[in-house]
Amino acid sequence: MKPVLRTVGLGRVLPGPVPVTLVSEVTLDFARASFSVITGPSGSGKSSLLYLLGLLDVPTAGEVFVDGTPTAAMDDAERTRMRLAAFGFVFQFHFLLPEFTVLDNVMLPMRQLGRLSAPEMRARGMALLEALDMAEQAHKRPDALSGGQRQRTAVARALANDPPVVLADEPTGSLDTRNAAAVFSVLGGLVAEGRTVIAVTHDEGLAGMAQRRIHLVDGRVVRDGMQE
Amino acid sequence: MMLPLSIALAHLRSRRRQTMVSVLGVALGVSVFIAMTGLMAGFQNFFRGQLIDSNPHVVVTDEVRRPAPQPLVLLHPQAAVEVTRILPRDPVRGIANASAILDALSAMPGVAAAPTLRGQMLLRRAGRDYAVSAIGIDPVLEMRVTALAKDMKQGSLEALGTRPDGVVMGLPLAEKMGAGLGDTISVATAAGGESVLRVVGLFRTGLEQQDLGQVYVSLNRQQSMQARPRVVNEIHIRLADLSRSIPIAELIEGRWGYKAAPWEETFARVLEVFLLQNLIIYGTTGSILLVAGFGIFNIISTVVTEKARDIAIMRSVGMPRGSVVATFIMEGLAVGAMGVAAGWLMGWGAASLIETFPAPGADPGMTLTVAQTPFSYGLAGAIAMASAVVAAWLPARKAARTDPLSIIRGAA
Repeated sequence: MKPVLRTVGLGRVLPGPVPVTLVSEVTLDFARASFSVITGPSGSGKSSLLYLLGLLDVPTAGEVFVDGTPTAAMDDAERTRMRLAAFGFVFQFHFLLPEFTVLDNVMLPMRQLGRLSAPEMRARGMALLEALDMAEQAHKRPDALSGGQRQRTAVARALANDPPVVLADEPTGSLDTRNAAAVFSVLGGLVAEGRTVIAVTHDEGLAGMAQRRIHLVDGRVVRDGMQE
Repeated sequence: MMLPLSIALAHLRSRRRQTMVSVLGVALGVSVFIAMTGLMAGFQNFFRGQLIDSNPHVVVTDEVRRPAPQPLVLLHPQAAVEVTRILPRDPVRGIANASAILDALSAMPGVAAAPTLRGQMLLRRAGRDYAVSAIGIDPVLEMRVTALAKDMKQGSLEALGTRPDGVVMGLPLAEKMGAGLGDTISVATAAGGESVLRVVGLFRTGLEQQDLGQVYVSLNRQQSMQARPRVVNEIHIRLADLSRSIPIAELIEGRWGYKAAPWEETFARVLEVFLLQNLIIYGTTGSILLVAGFGIFNIISTVVTEKARDIAIMRSVGMPRGSVVATFIMEGLAVGAMGVAAGWLMGWGAASLIETFPAPGADPGMTLTVAQTPFSYGLAGAIAMASAVVAAWLPARKAARTDPLSIIRGAA
């Protein structure tokens, strides 16, 4: 079966007086309904690889294929449109818009995509919050929530447009152990829905929950294998 | 567009005080624009109305715009001939066949015409001389071509019809001379005519040139004193439709050859001054509106800086650069729109208040006039909104250029 995400010789060099290589020669396939973690020491290029996969950054070498579609020749607008439809992002910090309610934050990507009517967006938003045990907080603002609740809201937002791929960058980095395990469990549950989840994490215990581990050192893949 | 708008409004709501300050800046600019341009326009309309009411719409004189070609020039059209200092053949001059011209003009629909003889006159009273322009009129016909009757403060213009020795003058001139209704005044003309006239009417038009420099006598008396029997050197015309002044003047010149000056030509200097006044007032008040735009620039720039993380997340979830620009442009537009609406209300209030103030130098009871038109309200709004868009544009572009990764990486 065609991989949902593929990289071929992916590289990213930051220009400057002393160029910095963030990622080098990364060739990976990600299957549908899979859960992969990217690990490695600090500065190994984990987040940089994630951003390249999610079309948030532009590679200086190689290419990313999204469901078979090459992205190298895409301009910013095309990458943005693909990002909107194909990817959901969960960052270390929730990045919720403080002036909007939990439900409005979840609906943000849906409103941008514009495929659903207002009642349909509300219904889908509430369903996502319900699945993440956040329905009662739907009309609260982010500053009234705990860290774990904010991160669950961010997960709901990431799923708003029903993306086939969810990318998470240290999603539990700012959470306590209990909330961290809960969020990772949620991410694991997305795989059962048929999504591809790729997460960057330092946490070895949580990394063990994934099916596949990709280990980076100095921007290169040094280990890539399935886990028990 | 709804998503950028709702984000824009949310940003503004989160900074209520700064938003209100920016809105107030725009509102003040709009209200000052409406009040000041309206005051200027009100004054100009009043002045223009006085000019038009107190004077004929078209004046035909015994002059020609260009002297007729001389026989020598006609004889040698290809030669280098210049004839200068052409003198009129008839020193008495006047409009030939004035009666026929008057009849023809009066027969035109919407046209009223009256004959006059204008000449210089010296008024003497209490040992002092006052040089004035004397206009000999048929009071019945003249009242059809000017609204001078409404400016009469004492006596009447019609009295010239029953008192051949009557004179109607401006009240300011009479006060300067120390004369009043019923008093006699010695008069003299360049033709050697000396006489005594009795004041039978006093007017005040508000136009200094007329109030101090012009008097009216009966046409017959004027023709006698100026030694120009049966001469008419001006025909005063009033039109039912003021916009026909220029076409009618051109028709008269084309048909009879005499110079016919529409009021726009007669008072061209005044109109030029009005134009200069408008340039100054619109420039000044428009500048105030532009300055208000700096307030909008300030608040949008602050929001862009503070919302860098929000911009990053909006971009990361798929909001295109254009929508980010639209968001911040809409913030500027929202502040501009609120300011314009408040400014319209404040401008209307200020104009209404100004209209209660007495008009300096005018008759008691007269107040200032502020001309409020849809154009002035529309123009104030348009300048304010344009200023708002321009002010929001630069910070909006900066927001769109924000690299989401640099923000996301910085937050991690």
